[in-house]
Amino acid sequence: MPEIDMMKKVPVREQDPKERAKNFDEVCLGYNEEEAKQEASRCLNCKNPLCVSGCPVSINIPAFIQEIKNGDYKKASEIIAEASALPAVCGRVCPQESQCEGKCVRGIKGEPVSIGKLERFTADWARENGIRPQVSAEKKNKKVAVIGSGPAGLTCAGDLAKMGYDVTIYEALHKAGGVLVYGIPEFRLPKDGVVEPEIENVRALGVTIKTDYIIGKSETIDELMEDEGFEAVFIGSGAGLPMFMKIPGEQALGVYSANEFLTRNNLMKAYLDDYDTPVNRGKKTVVVGGGNVAMDAARTALRLGSEVHVVYRRSEKELPARAEEVHHAKEEGILFDLLTNPVEILSDENGWVKGIRVIRMELGEPDESGRRRPVEVPGSEYEIECDTVIMALGTSPNPLISSTTKGLEINKRRCIVADEENGKTSREGVFAGGDAVTGAATVILAMGAGKAAAKGIDEYLSNR
Amino acid sequence: MFKILEAGLLADKICRIVVEAPNVAHACEPGQFLIVRTDEKSERIALTICDYDRKAGTVTIVIQAIGASTSRIAELKAGDSFADVVGPLGQPSDFIREDPEEVRKRKYLFVAGGLGTAPVYPQVKWLKEHGVEVDVIIGTKSHSTLIMEQEMTEAVGEEHLFITTDDGSYKRHGMVTAVIEDLVRNEGRKYDVCVAIGPMIMMKFVCKLTKELELPTIVSMNPIMVDGTGMCGACRLVVDGEVRFACVDGPGFDGFKVDFDGAMKRMALYKTEEGRKLLEYQEGASHKGNCGAC
Repeated sequence: MPEIDMMKKVPVREQDPKERAKNFDEVCLGYNEEEAKQEASRCLNCKNPLCVSGCPVSINIPAFIQEIKNGDYKKASEIIAEASALPAVCGRVCPQESQCEGKCVRGIKGEPVSIGKLERFTADWARENGIRPQVSAEKKNKKVAVIGSGPAGLTCAGDLAKMGYDVTIYEALHKAGGVLVYGIPEFRLPKDGVVEPEIENVRALGVTIKTDYIIGKSETIDELMEDEGFEAVFIGSGAGLPMFMKIPGEQALGVYSANEFLTRNNLMKAYLDDYDTPVNRGKKTVVVGGGNVAMDAARTALRLGSEVHVVYRRSEKELPARAEEVHHAKEEGILFDLLTNPVEILSDENGWVKGIRVIRMELGEPDESGRRRPVEVPGSEYEIECDTVIMALGTSPNPLISSTTKGLEINKRRCIVADEENGKTSREGVFAGGDAVTGAATVILAMGAGKAAAKGIDEYLSNR
Repeated sequence: MFKILEAGLLADKICRIVVEAPNVAHACEPGQFLIVRTDEKSERIALTICDYDRKAGTVTIVIQAIGASTSRIAELKAGDSFADVVGPLGQPSDFIREDPEEVRKRKYLFVAGGLGTAPVYPQVKWLKEHGVEVDVIIGTKSHSTLIMEQEMTEAVGEEHLFITTDDGSYKRHGMVTAVIEDLVRNEGRKYDVCVAIGPMIMMKFVCKLTKELELPTIVSMNPIMVDGTGMCGACRLVVDGEVRFACVDGPGFDGFKVDFDGAMKRMALYKTEEGRKLLEYQEGASHKGNCGAC
């Protein structure tokens, strides 16, 4: 084994930025065995591992890393599987820098252990070597319905199935996976290679997934519980309707919500020639927003051949996107117009976008989110020429379920009210978690909520 | 997979399909729509539900072959299947949830344009079954493009059905708006609610007229959709100055409040790209749509 600098992460191989800017293949190539073992050797195996407390699903991180050191990857994967149903996904999309890796003791003087990349290595190894999750011991003969097959629903369903419950997931779209298939792009999270096998693993635990089935329309939660014999229901229906800025010109042709743009490309595969769903390939695209979804939309537009500007009203420090995504976006040639905010979308005589008028911002006093509030600089407006605008401003909850379920309390923001500890809602036997409760957040937080709710459901049904 | 039980042409490029979809048939109401996908590579296509049979677990849809995905649907035969049928989506017509006594006090005028005849049919059928008075105007290009004449006649009776063609090849000659004027202004018929479903341009002009006539009008919007469940925002339109989503808030809206010009512009979004896909489909790999020759 070559000498390594113990203060630094073993670098992970990536596709060359110039090359990958033109394709949809995965950006990060991951560790090989030798690299994984080297990186694992950096773990101090702390007695009081802070990394575990930083993980929303409490994976026993030092334990699985020790197994990588020992070369027992199967054991490593089993340790992860105790806590997470989607390790190959999480290893790729979790914001590790603010979770496990953010707490790593190695990070005090140098770089933290690359926990995410090690998780990914383990999960990929397990998949490539045909390791399947263990099927549960004893059946409980109790039916639980899970609404939505995104990260929250899959996690909740997987955990309940492991406990012996008879679980059915209802998915509105034609494909299971939720945001993992319609939202996060192929180059960050391969669909056939990574997402589909992890969903297969959830099925292998005995979970039934019904696609093309809309709860709130085809059937209500009340019907599921009264007519179909489900004793508990978990709502993990996700974020919902995209938000717009309410500025003039937003109805112009060539203005997309990030959800639409990403759904066309990821779920409907519009970027591939032999799929029917169209997407407009812009020459110059402006993406408004600074979160992970904005980065995904920007990098997708770039791969479709567009020059891309990200317009964000605060400064680089406040960008809510993961550091790695911003770094990758910059490497690929995406331009950041920071401290800039749109005021109007301009269109030509046919109604197509021809530009966006923006205004410069400066940072004032911190607001309730703790971030410094951006304020307009008077008289600083200017125009950016473009033919596509993608609004990545977040979402507001979908009313489909809350409006059709009796006695389900929602808050001012129309999110479902649920107990963080156990997912309990105001309605007996109905639990909820993920973006439907918190508003748009991350995959791992949704998984954490799904996990908590699975526990809550088990307690509820055990005490009945 | 969702099995097709019947498939046949109603007119040139317009076909009617009866498909097994118990989850849709079990819950759907007039005014709602569904989404189909023929196979893995097809678009998700939003279609209004034209009829349903709860016992048999079937729904009837009517499709016009326009783009690549709809052309592929039009070629399907009994015994074939859709990869996906999902629904019901959108809100049912208002009268379904209103007090039946109140609804019975009203007289409805339905205005169907072309393919819009299909979604009008279940609403008319429901109202007639509930003893409500209904007149129906069907406007279409020509006699050869007229659909569902027999079903509609059976539902409302000949004396309540007014057919008009753009080219005068059958029954009345002219636009639907001329028929509305004739019925209301010349014959002095009174209506309480108008429901107009058809091309946006038709709905726009119907609303212009019914506003003059002070006849409240509901229109059914069919903008571009992708998921159809309130996730993507492609179907947004401006109603009464507010952004609304046709898939969850609609498809029915107060016609006097809809920004038709904005909605029509948005329909043009995929004209070129969709046209390209259609040419590719019809002419195979030899035509990529970028030669510029056409």
